[in-house]
Amino acid sequence: MLNKVWFCLLFIGIVYGFARASYESMFLPEAKQPSAVAEESDAAKADEVLPEIGFGAMGKRLNAAMLDAADLAVKTCIFLIGIMALWLGILNIAKDAGLVDAFARLLQPLMRLLFPEIPTGHPAQGAVLMNLSANMLGLDNAATPMGLKAMRELQELNPAKDTATNSMAMFLAINTSSVTLIPFTIIGLRAAAGSKNPAEPVLSMLLATLVSTIIAILITRWMAGWRRFRVAADSLAADGDIPPSPVEEEAPR
Amino acid sequence: MIAFLDTLSQWMIPMTVLLIVVWAAVKGVPMYESFVTGAKEGFGVAVMIIPYLVAMLFVIKVFLASGIFADMKYGIGVAMEWAGLGTHTDSLDLMPLAFTRPLTGSGARAMLVELFQTHGPDGFLGNTATILMGSSETTFYILAIYYGSVQIKKIRHTLAACLLADLVGIVIALFIGYLVFGGR
Repeated sequence: MLNKVWFCLLFIGIVYGFARASYESMFLPEAKQPSAVAEESDAAKADEVLPEIGFGAMGKRLNAAMLDAADLAVKTCIFLIGIMALWLGILNIAKDAGLVDAFARLLQPLMRLLFPEIPTGHPAQGAVLMNLSANMLGLDNAATPMGLKAMRELQELNPAKDTATNSMAMFLAINTSSVTLIPFTIIGLRAAAGSKNPAEPVLSMLLATLVSTIIAILITRWMAGWRRFRVAADSLAADGDIPPSPVEEEAPR
Repeated sequence: MIAFLDTLSQWMIPMTVLLIVVWAAVKGVPMYESFVTGAKEGFGVAVMIIPYLVAMLFVIKVFLASGIFADMKYGIGVAMEWAGLGTHTDSLDLMPLAFTRPLTGSGARAMLVELFQTHGPDGFLGNTATILMGSSETTFYILAIYYGSVQIKKIRHTLAACLLADLVGIVIALFIGYLVFGGR
């Protein structure tokens, strides 16, 4: 999948560049006049991005783009080394101090609300909590193994082993909308790009991610009740994982 | 109000660090050693990003340099003006980031780096892109890894719900971006 996208972007980029250059050199007079192309795309930016037209200029641009990519990537990452070392050091202190457990305890009351299908005290509860807490702190390396453990525990509770349960869907929806208190890598990338105020959008990010996570939870709840997403009747009769009511009454809370 | 929120934003990191350090002190964790152990990982993490970032920036840069995106943006701008929506084409620069975000983590990171380089990190676009990046995750990747690990094939509403949530997340990020950083 990624291979195809990668190829397509590259292929379209170069072929379109070639086609455009041919068009420019055939239909547009040489660079003398400010070209029609430069005028039609929006004024100031076009002057920077498309200063010249024709085959030579396009080739030059593509070459510059390739070399610039390599250069920019390495410069960014070299800059990132110090920042990542700093933040991962701090996070390691948090991990050693047991802050993940503390967060898990803090989130405990939400469990019944979000995952009514997991019985209290089941190991799945602990694994889910640990994963969500690690994610909130930004401990990506620690979060993934805990998340996989949580999936195994949730699978234990699953009556139809090839079909997702409501709890699994909810767990992944929360995971993919990612509440991270401080996304430090992104702040580091801002600093690497020469930002005057790298930490400026921290609060905005937190607000955005909180709202989007709440909405993700509501959407997942709501969709779980849709008829087309129901599990086949025989597999749900056994456990009550999905409420057996025939119509979608499960409105978002 | 905005000034207060900005101050709050600036204090979030110092306060988090303080919380962590005080907590560790209470628990009696040997902080210095712990910090150094974690910091060693930082080097590996930053260097490991390089090949992925080069691969992604390479194709993105070539794609953008060909002028196809500028032409598309122009086309959409014309269509928007024709439909009477005015020409708010500047936020269209966020479109590639919004599309790559759920697909690939390294791709989105490359998009962000490219956007910072072209438009600067401190303007409306840079800040809104930051919010967009920070408020969502690599949906497809997480679903593939997590469901794959327990051989679940029928994922029911998971993908639809996650993608719809991502879409709402993008709208929220744009909204907050306009609200807080709109004037830049």
